[in-house]
Amino acid sequence: MPFSLSIAVVALPLLMFLVLGLLDDRLGRRAAGVLGTLSMLVVTVMAYGVSLTYFFGTGQGQIIDGVRQTVTVWNPVWLSFTDTLVVRMGVAIDPIAAMMLIVITTVSLMVHLYSLGYMSNHEGEPEKGYQRYYAFLGLFTFSMLGLVVATNLFQIFIFFEMVGVSSYLLIGFYYHLPAAVHASKKAFIVTRLADLFFLLGIMIMSFYTGTFDFDALVGTGGAAAHTALGTAHTALGTAHGATFMGLSVMGWALTFIFIGGAGKSAMYPLHIWLPDAMEGPTPVSALIHAATMVVAGVYLVAKLFPLYVIEQGAMDIIAVTGAFTAFYAAAVACVQSDIKRALAFSTISQIAFMMTSLAVSSASGELIEIHGDYGLGYMASMFHLFTHAMFKALLFLCAGAIIHAVGSNENSMMHGLHKHMPITSIAFLIGCLAIAGIPPFAGFWSKDEILVACYHKGLGWGLWMSMVAGLTAFYMFRTYLLIFFWSEHKQHGHHAPADAPWTMTLPLIILSCISIVAGFVPAHKLVTFDGEPLHTSLDWTVAGSSVAIALIGIGLAFKLYYKENDAPARMKAAATGLWTAAYKRFYMDELYQFITHKIIFQCVSKPIAWFDRKVIDGAMNLMGTVTQYCASAVRPLQAGKIQGYVMTYLIGALVLAVALIVCVLV
Amino acid sequence: MMIFNNILIYFVIIPLLTLAGLAFCTNAGRGIRAIRAVAVTGATALVALAAYLVYVFLQTRAAGVADEMILRSDVMWYAPLNIKLALGVDGVSVVMIVLSAIIVFAGVFASWKMSPLPKQFFLWFFLLSTGVFGFFISIDLFTMFMFYEVALIPMYLLIGVWGSGNKNYSAMKLTLMLMGGSALLMLGIIGIYFHSAPEGSPLTMNILEIAHADAIPHEWQMYLFPLTFVGFGVLGAMFPFHTWSPDGHASAPTAVSMLHAGVLMKLGGYGCFRIAIFLMPFAANQLAWVFLTLTGISVVYGAFSACVQTDLKYINAYSSVSHCGMVLFAILMFNTTAMTGAVLQMLSHGLMTALFFALIGMIYGRTHTRDIQKMGGLMQIMPYLGVGYVIAGMASLGLPGLSGFVAEMTIFVGSFMHEDLFRRVLTIVGTSSIVITAVYILRVVGKLLFGPVIDEHHRSLTDATWEEKLSTGTLIVCVAAIGCFPNFFVNIISSSFEPVVQALMNN
Repeated sequence: MPFSLSIAVVALPLLMFLVLGLLDDRLGRRAAGVLGTLSMLVVTVMAYGVSLTYFFGTGQGQIIDGVRQTVTVWNPVWLSFTDTLVVRMGVAIDPIAAMMLIVITTVSLMVHLYSLGYMSNHEGEPEKGYQRYYAFLGLFTFSMLGLVVATNLFQIFIFFEMVGVSSYLLIGFYYHLPAAVHASKKAFIVTRLADLFFLLGIMIMSFYTGTFDFDALVGTGGAAAHTALGTAHTALGTAHGATFMGLSVMGWALTFIFIGGAGKSAMYPLHIWLPDAMEGPTPVSALIHAATMVVAGVYLVAKLFPLYVIEQGAMDIIAVTGAFTAFYAAAVACVQSDIKRALAFSTISQIAFMMTSLAVSSASGELIEIHGDYGLGYMASMFHLFTHAMFKALLFLCAGAIIHAVGSNENSMMHGLHKHMPITSIAFLIGCLAIAGIPPFAGFWSKDEILVACYHKGLGWGLWMSMVAGLTAFYMFRTYLLIFFWSEHKQHGHHAPADAPWTMTLPLIILSCISIVAGFVPAHKLVTFDGEPLHTSLDWTVAGSSVAIALIGIGLAFKLYYKENDAPARMKAAATGLWTAAYKRFYMDELYQFITHKIIFQCVSKPIAWFDRKVIDGAMNLMGTVTQYCASAVRPLQAGKIQGYVMTYLIGALVLAVALIVCVLV
Repeated sequence: MMIFNNILIYFVIIPLLTLAGLAFCTNAGRGIRAIRAVAVTGATALVALAAYLVYVFLQTRAAGVADEMILRSDVMWYAPLNIKLALGVDGVSVVMIVLSAIIVFAGVFASWKMSPLPKQFFLWFFLLSTGVFGFFISIDLFTMFMFYEVALIPMYLLIGVWGSGNKNYSAMKLTLMLMGGSALLMLGIIGIYFHSAPEGSPLTMNILEIAHADAIPHEWQMYLFPLTFVGFGVLGAMFPFHTWSPDGHASAPTAVSMLHAGVLMKLGGYGCFRIAIFLMPFAANQLAWVFLTLTGISVVYGAFSACVQTDLKYINAYSSVSHCGMVLFAILMFNTTAMTGAVLQMLSHGLMTALFFALIGMIYGRTHTRDIQKMGGLMQIMPYLGVGYVIAGMASLGLPGLSGFVAEMTIFVGSFMHEDLFRRVLTIVGTSSIVITAVYILRVVGKLLFGPVIDEHHRSLTDATWEEKLSTGTLIVCVAAIGCFPNFFVNIISSSFEPVVQALMNN
């Protein structure tokens, strides 16, 4: 299939956004949903065509001498800052872009289909914003696709903003609910703050290299790329060899860009928006906040990987952030009672796995050494991104089906649903097994590669991440068991919960199948940073131990949560402080609340507004008052009384006469 | 006369003809229809002419005419002082003329149901537009100043008569502060005139001649530059001379706010560039740091102030302080990229602020309050206006695909091209405003449009009427057009800066 189709892949969702958005009510509810889903199906088919042609086809320049090339399909100038520094808006396909095309379109299609059933009513009434919902899904899909096919850094920034706003619109979809409005606002502002750093990073980078293009910055494969990279590095490094706080200019630029990515990818401490974002409709959480948008940060770092890999300082920052976030989020996920939030923290933790995996694969500074082992972390990260997208979307869609059935997010309202919703239960179990890393499910393969990469970096890194992997298995099965087992289901609503209609169940089945087989995709042959196949073999020591740790976690979860017992309650009582702290997410939100409200609003904005009204405007008013005062002070002089005028005249004459005399005398 | 062969003069003649037409209309009975017909005809003719001007401009440039100003013509007006009606445009003025035409057009529809005294309202309205267009097409200091004053004075009556709230105070304050600015400007212009040519040559008011002669002594530039820059800066809402803006906008009727924030404030930025910097590059270089600091403060200060306001118009007025601060900030960066960004920002801010004020006026016309504490959930009641407001907000906080993003990015990237620490730090401070802008925009949108309906009486309100849709729709399309195809505008604008940047480099 010709690569030029990829332009249509990106453009069609945008067209759908415009059509559905402008027609709005003029299009029937059903028609909007079906139109959106069908067009997404077309997009998916085309995207698969393009990606599979890229990976397995030949003859369109995708492989030269066994090295995968970046194929630039389209690249017109969009905005020129100077004659040489221009922003292009284009479509380019490289291994990770091709992979992302598959991820995005698959999950998006599943979500479109699933939403036909899920969004048809809201709290018993037909959903009013059905058309708007599908329009926004189109906008999001367009933005995400535009992001992954970007040909330059600035285009990524543009689409970062676009996915941010689509996410804002979809989180706040139920805009009459204050919680949703608040959550959407928070998501936007936190990611905007991160984007500010991203922008600064871009500005520094483009100033010293004179370009935004990936081609010039990090072209993949071959010597040409390394020369370009070397030039960029020289421009950044030696021309301004000075370091500031231990990082070179490029180190700072890359760190800032990473912060931009960390905002979208919910790295600690910028993760706070993601749990709140669960206020949006559940399919949206599956699409945006589990599978696609939240990995944009990982994708960004991966795009610039050849630059990061020679900048040890920036890599260390990423590695530490990632490793800490992975543990932090996993710990918080262990005590959440809202199933969507538990999944959200699980997402944060898993993305942190991907980040860490990228960051542990740094070279020793010599360009030549990027080859070989160092590509492993990159490959593992991308592989995990792929598998995680599938099983996490599955888990979220299952959660949606459950919430739909019981009408609540709290696991205390669920319990014992296995009998009522067998299909959902099995699908959820598959998702849990995949994320826990049990062979042969998808997560096992990718997580294993990540752990191997971590052990390469150092034993400590490997052990730490293995421990987090065990924690993952524990909290996922805790969630699973509390939903589907624990005790008999107590009737809360008016009717018994049951499996969802086919539009919702079909995506679950498809994603379950993918989650089972996705691990067998030969990622090491397809998705490598230098375009050459990577030679890996399963490291049985690591694989065996990670499976053992996962099984321990699962066993512990079964022991504690399979049947109703008081062990969890006792544990909670024994460590109330710790439990509350974890439940409250270690008070990160309170801290932010304090900074935004108490410091920014009360200590900056309010005083400035006061200063403006009282001091600056006061000064202006004072000028007016003084003028008026002077005017009224001299007014009696012109009162029209002849005697007064004569008096003034005489006094004036007298003063002049005296002055004259004095002058003459002196 | 030769001058009537120049299409530029019709930008003044059309509003004047509209004025004449309006003079024959009456307010009573069916006269209102005639008034609307005349106003719409005038505004449409202006838009058409502006579009034609863009065409002519592009054709001329494509034909390889590299003159600084095209469509030049001169008519001697007052020979003893060598005052001429000198016309001419470059890319910057073309863009400004297009902006003004669009906003006049949208403003006419936004004041469709104006009462009382619609005839008089439109008379002043078109007189104001005459001044605005006259300013942008002239390149003679005297005529520019004259048109500038023509644009300012109607403001007083428009706010004082048709305004709301504390309108007398606001009208007085606005007019006096702007008059204060023009007093400084007057001094500056006289000073420039007396140094406009080398010893022995005749003095001139023509900007091009003054710039080419480059005869203003450096020590004089040091006095005249601040005078003119501050004079125009007052109109551009530069800190600390911005306080007329919140009060003035709050009291002004919808169309006047639109025209004022949309176009009149742009006169400030345009004048700073065209007169202060273009004619006195030496002093501009010397004193840039003072004004960079002030405008840098404007950017952040305005944004922070907007965060805590509760009146919709105050929020927008402070937001304008921030955005217009960015215009002056970028102009003072003295490179083509940043200056192009400044003009884009003028264009973008003009359109989106006009859109904001139009929507605020329409909402206020329905709810009779502008206090965001007293409104909520309006999106459920008036979806068209709500969506329009969200789009305006998104343009304001710099969403790609809408105009604000392009303008701000061009400014930031351009400003960052300076290597000195001072400008770098200021740029970073300015850049941080994108976050603060997001805070106050989303705060308003969240309170005003989303959430539950606060006042049950609002449920009976209606959505936009056709003329309101036309007015806001035009602006939305323009905002999106700039955001999607920025290079069309960049190409028109950027070439105009080369002579200025060259002059600045030489000094």
